[in-house]
Amino acid sequence: MAHHKTPTTMSRRGALMLMGAAGTAGLLAPNLLGKPAFAATPPETPTGRIIVGLSQEPTNFNPLMVKIEVDDGVHFSMFDALFRVMPDGEIVPNLAAEVPSQANGGISEDGLEWRVMLRDDVTWHDGAPFTAEDVKYTLELIVNPDFRSWRTAGHSLVRDVTVVSPTEITWRMEKPFSPYLSFLTETFIVPKHILGAEADPNTAAFNQAPVGTGAFKWDNRIAGDHISLVANPDYFGEGPYIEQLIFKYIPDVTVLYTQFKSGDVDLLGRMYITPDNYAEAQTLAGKVIKLEPATSVETIYLNMERPVFKELAVREAVYAAIDKASIIEALYYGLPDSVETFMPRTSAYLHPDLPKHEFSLERANQLLDEAGWVPGSDGIREKDGVRLSFVNSTTSGNHLREQLQQFVQQTLREAGIEMTIENYPAAVIWGEFWTQSQFDSVVVGITYLIGSDPDVTNRFHSGAIIAQGGRGSNNAQYKNARVDELLDEGSASFDPERRREIYLEVQELVRADLPFLPLFSDNSIRAWKEGIEGVVHNGNTRTETWNAGQWYWAS
Amino acid sequence: MLVFLLNRLWQSVILLLIVSIIGFTILNLMPGGPLAQFALDPGMTQADMDRLAEQMGLNRPLPVQYFDWLMRMLRGDWGTSFRDGVPVLDVIGRHLFATLLLMGSSTVIAIGIGTWIGIRGATHRYSMFDYSATVGAMVALSIPTFWFGLVGIYVFSLRLGWLPAGNMYTIGDGSVLNYLHHLILPSIVLSLVNVAVWSRYMRSATLDVINQDFVKTARAKGLTERRVLMKHVVGNALLPMITLAGMQLPSILGGALVTETVFTWPGMGRLFLDSLGYSDYPVVMGLLMFSAFLTVLGNLIADVVIAMVDPRIRLG
Repeated sequence: MAHHKTPTTMSRRGALMLMGAAGTAGLLAPNLLGKPAFAATPPETPTGRIIVGLSQEPTNFNPLMVKIEVDDGVHFSMFDALFRVMPDGEIVPNLAAEVPSQANGGISEDGLEWRVMLRDDVTWHDGAPFTAEDVKYTLELIVNPDFRSWRTAGHSLVRDVTVVSPTEITWRMEKPFSPYLSFLTETFIVPKHILGAEADPNTAAFNQAPVGTGAFKWDNRIAGDHISLVANPDYFGEGPYIEQLIFKYIPDVTVLYTQFKSGDVDLLGRMYITPDNYAEAQTLAGKVIKLEPATSVETIYLNMERPVFKELAVREAVYAAIDKASIIEALYYGLPDSVETFMPRTSAYLHPDLPKHEFSLERANQLLDEAGWVPGSDGIREKDGVRLSFVNSTTSGNHLREQLQQFVQQTLREAGIEMTIENYPAAVIWGEFWTQSQFDSVVVGITYLIGSDPDVTNRFHSGAIIAQGGRGSNNAQYKNARVDELLDEGSASFDPERRREIYLEVQELVRADLPFLPLFSDNSIRAWKEGIEGVVHNGNTRTETWNAGQWYWAS
Repeated sequence: MLVFLLNRLWQSVILLLIVSIIGFTILNLMPGGPLAQFALDPGMTQADMDRLAEQMGLNRPLPVQYFDWLMRMLRGDWGTSFRDGVPVLDVIGRHLFATLLLMGSSTVIAIGIGTWIGIRGATHRYSMFDYSATVGAMVALSIPTFWFGLVGIYVFSLRLGWLPAGNMYTIGDGSVLNYLHHLILPSIVLSLVNVAVWSRYMRSATLDVINQDFVKTARAKGLTERRVLMKHVVGNALLPMITLAGMQLPSILGGALVTETVFTWPGMGRLFLDSLGYSDYPVVMGLLMFSAFLTVLGNLIADVVIAMVDPRIRLG
């Protein structure tokens, strides 16, 4: 945890008095006021209010129902899961008393029997005690066929949930599935005594005024405007240190930034600051501006079933003919980092030594020459009657991506590759066109991991191709027997060391096969008022307010 | 009168039915649908998507979905929002006040100032005032509202600091003064265009009347110019304005998308856009029917009012 109340930490006043005694206050104080050289301490009782500005509106307050990223901010502040995932990927206990593992006997040797011990000092916001019954109710509600639940992956493998005692729960898994631990870090536990008493959990009053165990309690919502949460004085964990947490909906990103400048908003949430305002934002007085790595990876997905993309040399040549560095500099204000893998830069499983992309038309041409692709009369290469030509699509109206496409189109042309651009509205392109792999190639930003777990079976396993009758999101129709084998082993293994080896190898294989061309991963421009302490980026969650209970105003 | 009303009533029902069929069809023809927003969620499997489609009734044939919706609607059940999980009427109700406040005040400003400019422009035709008003109206009509809004925020909020940079009120301060303070800039920005429209209509309506024989008669009777204007000209020139005002009703309650977005105003216009963006079909259909109903109602009221104030028209 970032800030502990320690008796040894000096108060600001004490420190300043010491400085004054030494006769150096005049020299040091200005610097101190800007950035305290010592850790500020949270207040004894919750004090003040923080307004988080969001460009999308949280509308779903039942954390188990189908939801989008922006809803997570409210859920993390009001509810707790059994476990919490920290910024470094470590999973720590939250409502659970300890994290089950094969080493501590919480998970059986075959990975099928799970036993979780729970805290005994947790109460719901209405005062009722939290028990294992709530956990059982939650796990069963998620797979209730009538309940409009969000992700059911992992949960659908759970059988025989048994309450052993109020602080002990066990279940059996249909097959060993290690990513489930990570899934449980974003499975918020809901109160059985309230939701269980409702006739239909889909339309329960609870969904509009939720009761959780978290650091903040529900206050009210003005639809289309804001959601107000207040401090839960009985919170079992650290904090909360602020009295009120407000999520303010400001749909226009320009206005969002304006209201941050004017001081109406204390901390910027999702869409943050747009890159075109980055230079100006850095000059703002009294604001903290910080770049944080986003988890989404911008890629060009290739449909491996298209004749042109069946050949590795073509995929390598296309990759080599993309001038990544210029795209990042010229179009994206130099903010994103070039990447070679799907694994987020913040992940503990990131492969550090994958081959680096190099823009080289010479190499692209050489690869294609060697593979027997011969330039035709119009300069576009051909082989066995197949023209080296493909369509690239992305969301229409996304101006940056449209410029990126044109950039790529030009350099590819110089390698004798023809890329035509056909874009569609978001609802069209991410419908069947994407899920049924009806595209040639697509520019898409994807977050691959669920929580912090490195399992990517859903994306790269040959059994996850919908267009071929599979279930999953292997939209590139990528097939590699070794990758399948590794993914199968990885999701069944509870051995951290072995899993690390597995996912490093998966990254090597995917990098070599290039079912998608990794371009870059963005850095989002986070911003908040000076004086707000405790803001920590956590790439393993989808929200900037994952630890709002630990935020406070430096007094 | 009763026959007229009954006639209008059944015409309106047919009209609303047609609107609902067209609206429903177009809405469902948009590819993607309510589940497309989850397509890139790494944890949502195709099985999850299929399950949700089943639970939300989206996998049924379109005519079945439509008749289901229609039957519920006839029973007074407007459906439940996909996004909020609350009844559609509640969703609309939650946004109605904000829109009514903004649109109401801007309409009052627009009608007041627009009518005055129009009458003065007509009575002082080709004067300096008339030319400035004409040019001003053209400028106001051609410059987009969001530009006015952003400039207003830049000047009065960021530079001068006189007015808030949007929002309906300061969170934690619900006083009437606070609301009024926040209302000034958006309602003026929004009324700019309407002032232009109203002044143009009013000007030509006044000009129509001002050369009529009865006005000359009034002057010949020796009435003062002021009395001629107020009693004979304005009264008659306002008649066509009643129809215009009736047509304003749906827009007063339908909200102003651009202004609401720029000023972070939680009204109906933004609700409509957000609901479209999330393919929240029940809410979109609800808003569509709501504004269609208001359009019908607004026209009906205008007709009745005209019949009441204009002795030449008798409904029957």
